[in-house]
Amino acid sequence: MTAVPRPRRVGRHALLVEVDGTAEAQALHAELLRRREAGTLPPVTEIVPAARTVLLDGLADPRSLAAEITTWTVPPLPPAEGDPLVIGVRYDGADLAEVAGLWGVAEEEVARVHSALEFRVAFCGFAPGFGYLTGLPPELRVPRRATPRTAVPAGSVALAGAYTGVYPRSSPGGWLLVGRTDVTMWDTGRDPAALLVPGRRVRFEVLA
Amino acid sequence: MSARLTVVRAGALTTVQDLGRPGHAHLGVPRSGALDRPAHLLANRLVGNPDGLATLETTVNGCAVCVSSAVTAAVTGAPCPVRADGRPVAWGAPVRLPAGAVLDVGAATAGLRSYVAFAGGVDVPPVLGSRSRDLLSGLGPEPLADGVVLPLGSPCGPPATADAVRRPGPPRGELVLPLVPGPRDDWFAPGALAALAGGRFRVSAASNRIGLRTEGPALERVVAGELPSEGMVLGAVQVPPDGRPVVFLADHPTTGGYPVIGVVDGAAALAEAGQAGPGVRVRFVPARG
Repeated sequence: MTAVPRPRRVGRHALLVEVDGTAEAQALHAELLRRREAGTLPPVTEIVPAARTVLLDGLADPRSLAAEITTWTVPPLPPAEGDPLVIGVRYDGADLAEVAGLWGVAEEEVARVHSALEFRVAFCGFAPGFGYLTGLPPELRVPRRATPRTAVPAGSVALAGAYTGVYPRSSPGGWLLVGRTDVTMWDTGRDPAALLVPGRRVRFEVLA
Repeated sequence: MSARLTVVRAGALTTVQDLGRPGHAHLGVPRSGALDRPAHLLANRLVGNPDGLATLETTVNGCAVCVSSAVTAAVTGAPCPVRADGRPVAWGAPVRLPAGAVLDVGAATAGLRSYVAFAGGVDVPPVLGSRSRDLLSGLGPEPLADGVVLPLGSPCGPPATADAVRRPGPPRGELVLPLVPGPRDDWFAPGALAALAGGRFRVSAASNRIGLRTEGPALERVVAGELPSEGMVLGAVQVPPDGRPVVFLADHPTTGGYPVIGVVDGAAALAEAGQAGPGVRVRFVPARG
């Protein structure tokens, strides 16, 4: 993982730094946070990781940072430290049978397979506190529903593509629902409001 | 009992707005805040408020509120008739309202959104550091409804005199938005930027605080397929599959999966975009420098 980050111009105050994939984007995001913490990154309002980019917004001089970034060697993600966040899930989602079929396992096996994996919040979006969690191996990737549901209940644990997500509130959605949790993923009265922040590691635990 | 407002006529869409909640985009939280930021700042200055206090942002047909105690107010942004207890008072200047007065902000005569500041600001509880209503994610206070009571803060400074302020002129018949190309201009046919400058787009009635939607010729793409989600900025001109550009305004989503051909440059241009009603012609011209 020594590919050079490729910055793209985004207006006069932002840079979109492109890399080769989600793991590289996570590594670049971690590096940017390290440099901000160390005081070696110029002041920036937003650092927004995504699927294979990191956006830096609110920069005074994006051009000079763009030039500098192309000289960086971004180290791979450091090994995990500490315990992951554990989210209890009842695996009784409306699309459990469909996911079992796609995975080629019995319905009751979905919980065992999914809860044995470790995930990481690659980025957030869609709604406040909605994290896109990577960790599904390629053979377990699933498509979205052809027709999105108009209302997915809050706490739904769902899969789409390479990602697992937890709906922080009731909203429309096209992901396949495998279960639900009682954990409040987003609460503006709490500090921090979001449980899932980019870089956070997560495990799901089967609730009877 | 501290000062408060009672909503007499909520209007089509009146929301509490301040400078928004930047710094939370990585959690999926839009920046939000006043669409016409210069007008919000001016209204605050006219009543002696710091920039960050909350004002009311009206849409098309204004609003009316009753004040519980004497307070200075000012209306800026979209020009409109302003009345205090039925009598015409100044637009774009501080107005002293006696206790119990009804301030009626009339329908916009140009533009869409008027800003109403009160000395001390609209003092609803902040959410993540801001009192702005974010219509995409539902953060912040609900849009105004008839009968709702909103608290006001304590006045903090003398109102600015009228000659210290800039009066926004009536919006032009055409919306001209300076555009910095990128980050995904290479996803479009070579003529796309020229098409954007050509003036064949008009503001769509489907526009809102999330985005200024347009109607016009579809921009032609040369890269097929999907773009993995990436971070979005204020003013990004995103082009969905129908080819009609959308200018992202304050309540825009923090990430998106459609290519951004360019970014509108500057707060003044974005303020004008926030004042452009359906049918207004739009041109995206190359930004200077």
